[in-house]
Amino acid sequence: MRLFLADLGGDRLFGMFPSRGVWRRPGLQPVDLLVFAALLALLFGLLRLAPALNAPFLPKTAPPTVSTDPANLPYYAVRSLFRMFIGLILSVLFTFVYATAAARLPRAEKVLIPLLDILQSVPVLGFLTVTVTAFINLFPGSELGLEFASIFAIFTSMAWNMTFAFYHSLISQPRDLDESARIMRLTKWQRFWKVDVPSGMIPLVWNGMMSFGGAWFFLAASESISVLNHTYALPGMGSYVAAAVGQGSLSHVGIAIGVMMVMVIAVNFMFWRPVVAWAERFRTEESASAERPRSMVLDLLRRSSVPDLVARPARPAGRLLDRVTRPFGLAEHPLQRPALRARTGDVFFFGAVSTVVIYGAWRALDYLHVHLGLGAFGHVFVLGAATFARVVVLLIVASVVWVPIGVWIGMNPRVSRLAQPVVQVLASFPANFVFPIAAAFFVAAGISLNIGGILLMALGAQWYILFNVIAGASAIPSDLREAMSLMGVRGRARWTKFILPAIFPAYVTGGITAAGGAWNASIVAEVVTYGHHHLTATGLGAYIAQAARVGDFPEVLIGVAVMSVYVVGLNRLVWRRLYRLAETRYAL
Amino acid sequence: MTTGPVIVEARGVTKTFTTPDGRALPVLDDVSFSLHEGEIVALLGKSGSGKSTLLRCIAGLIAPSAGTVAYRGNPLNGANPGVAMVFQSFALLPWLTVQQNVELAMQAREVPEDARRVKALRAIDLIGLDGFESAYPKELSGGMRQRVGFARALSVEPDALLMDEPFSALDVLTAANLRGELTRLWEGKEFPVKAVLIVTHNIEEAVQLADRILVLSSNPGRILAELPVPLPRPRDRQTPGFEQLVDTVYGILTGREEEAVRAAAEVSGDGAAATPADVPLPEVSAGGLSGLLEILAARGGQDGLAELADELSFEIDDLLPLVDAAVLLGLARVHNAQLEITDVGREFARADIDTSKKSFGELIAERAPLIKAILRALRATEDGTLR
Repeated sequence: MRLFLADLGGDRLFGMFPSRGVWRRPGLQPVDLLVFAALLALLFGLLRLAPALNAPFLPKTAPPTVSTDPANLPYYAVRSLFRMFIGLILSVLFTFVYATAAARLPRAEKVLIPLLDILQSVPVLGFLTVTVTAFINLFPGSELGLEFASIFAIFTSMAWNMTFAFYHSLISQPRDLDESARIMRLTKWQRFWKVDVPSGMIPLVWNGMMSFGGAWFFLAASESISVLNHTYALPGMGSYVAAAVGQGSLSHVGIAIGVMMVMVIAVNFMFWRPVVAWAERFRTEESASAERPRSMVLDLLRRSSVPDLVARPARPAGRLLDRVTRPFGLAEHPLQRPALRARTGDVFFFGAVSTVVIYGAWRALDYLHVHLGLGAFGHVFVLGAATFARVVVLLIVASVVWVPIGVWIGMNPRVSRLAQPVVQVLASFPANFVFPIAAAFFVAAGISLNIGGILLMALGAQWYILFNVIAGASAIPSDLREAMSLMGVRGRARWTKFILPAIFPAYVTGGITAAGGAWNASIVAEVVTYGHHHLTATGLGAYIAQAARVGDFPEVLIGVAVMSVYVVGLNRLVWRRLYRLAETRYAL
Repeated sequence: MTTGPVIVEARGVTKTFTTPDGRALPVLDDVSFSLHEGEIVALLGKSGSGKSTLLRCIAGLIAPSAGTVAYRGNPLNGANPGVAMVFQSFALLPWLTVQQNVELAMQAREVPEDARRVKALRAIDLIGLDGFESAYPKELSGGMRQRVGFARALSVEPDALLMDEPFSALDVLTAANLRGELTRLWEGKEFPVKAVLIVTHNIEEAVQLADRILVLSSNPGRILAELPVPLPRPRDRQTPGFEQLVDTVYGILTGREEEAVRAAAEVSGDGAAATPADVPLPEVSAGGLSGLLEILAARGGQDGLAELADELSFEIDDLLPLVDAAVLLGLARVHNAQLEITDVGREFARADIDTSKKSFGELIAERAPLIKAILRALRATEDGTLR
């Protein structure tokens, strides 16, 4: 405590912070009241939620559905939102730990990064059943288990991307920043908060925003889930839609879609826009942005003194942490290590890792062999080929449709200013909300889900292509466009020699994301229920979904493994090559 | 001149990098020197002399492949605890204000918060930035940013201040201004630093600042010469002593290359070709080369290197590769820091595009070992292609 008093004394003596802000703004302003009210509302919401989270829950008697009374929708919306933000917080914490370990520990990096690469390709939805069972057993008799399972699904859909982004920013930190941090002898803690986190903030925030958008899909899929022939439902938007679909009530689904739309837009406006605008301060001058993101909410917060009031008590805590973490040492590595000891360490570490991996793989194969026979792999690979064909058709059709539209939007600044937020909302809107409507249409029109499934998968995945093509097209330098126009490059030549090569890098990024999303979506898109109609397609997604419903773990394991093999294989064989080509030949 | 106790000592420092294709690339070869209290030492060399690498070895940022660096007698195994560094690119954290940037280094050294504030303000004041404490680096000009870099380095009162081409990202006038202030501070005894080691590729900068100049050779870096600078400060560029020293350094830097080329030519005369590794191609453009020759021809065919550099506001990294290329192709020759155009060079400078292209091709095929080797290998194959 004495230390803190001394610190405060320092503040008063030299008056650097927060003096300026204080005397410029003597009294409370309307802005402050507004911000304060918002803070109060937030606290009230959290307090109101807290008891509900731990509601008694008995697996045998738990309601398989929630009420479809629209009056409950605000409550459900808040519950869903709460899950999303807990998932986000966990993802950020995971990102900090995992990415830092991978970037700073050379041995760990060799294991963590390939592992992350695989994790990114594992279809999250396939594992939902396993995690739900595990979490229910972890919290017997409480709804917390289900709650955690849902949050876990959200977490797995956000964390990998963010971790990769942060890891990448850590290893590509400017050399002089790293050197000056070491010369200044920053401690590990100081280096992390003063150098590493700020320099990775922009990629982290942007990736967080994109991943958050994608996570709505998993929220909707994870709130109402069938495990071991029993359906569990958590109060939330996803389970509301599931319940409405069960009753075959399209009007209730429509209301939910509307509320969902409002929620996506509100989260963007109240949370992501301000955060993105705030993160601009971490931009290094070399990477100038074309247009500075702005946010009304952030401007409001900046004009209010409430954030300062909230932050002030946190400062002594920050100082204390700074002191407490000193024993962890400097952010420095010894220049020379005894070669023999390093070699021995390597051998021991990688020996241990390989032993664990080989043993685990052997046990898994043995388990599958006993329960299903390894011959099942052949059958599942064929099913995978069917889903693969759907993904390919989806990519081709989506490209043919969206590339020209994306180019048109991207090349017209006025159109893209209007279209960009719309596309953003469309991209983050959980496509599985619309599945019942599409299913109703398929039933009415007599379309098989084998074909219709492509459309369902595309509902979520196509936006990534559009989104990236718009970004790519709007990044084409205008002098290049003017030169092409002056030279009279038109029609076919304009597309093949100019536009398509110019947007190629952006298109590849969109394609990878769309393909990954489509594989994941196949698990919910190849089996659709609407009222008493059950539509099923032939494919790997349907295989996993059915195995999950009856709780056949060996089949789930095979299905998920095969899907991961497909995704990883395609990434390695196709996408990575295209990516390299894009970077070397077509980078503008 | 009396020298104080040794602060940093490098002994037999050798550094070899490995290229992506696995070859060893020697950058520093057996460099030994020490930095004493009370002196400013300049490390001067062309690009490829490993001078920045040497500085980073001394800072304890990278490990030498062989040899040791010791701070006050203790061998380094991590960042040097007794130095602060000023970077060419400033290396300020853009998300911290000027004062926060300066305080960060002290925070790392556990200076109590109030003392930290006092010292930071004093350092900011000393370097002439008072009033800008709460500005962010991106709001400042390059020269002011480098002042923050200086304030940050000085605030921790290091034994030695290391500077890695601190003025080369600044425009000529700003650089001259900062150099002058640095000299004034150093002379004023207010300076909280006992010694300065500056890496530069600007000869005049070295002569103006240093008590001692270490001239490094290129590929790999070795100490070519050690020159004391006995001139009193502040130093005037127009004085004969100053100019003479600049010419001497030019002579040292070009002399050795001349020898290498001559040696290569002699060897190839005997039939055994000089290897391309002995005489690498200078990194210049053909356009720059003919530009230099045209200027030289316009000035009567001869001019001093220092005058040329001054006229073109070139630093040695800009000028010397061009000079090397001209000498290699026999278009000019260097003698006593004077560059003189040859007859071939005069013809080359006068010729039209096609002729000059043709004679450039002939000259380079004849005189550049690398091109010669490639052509010979091409002719030796049947279809004139190499894979």
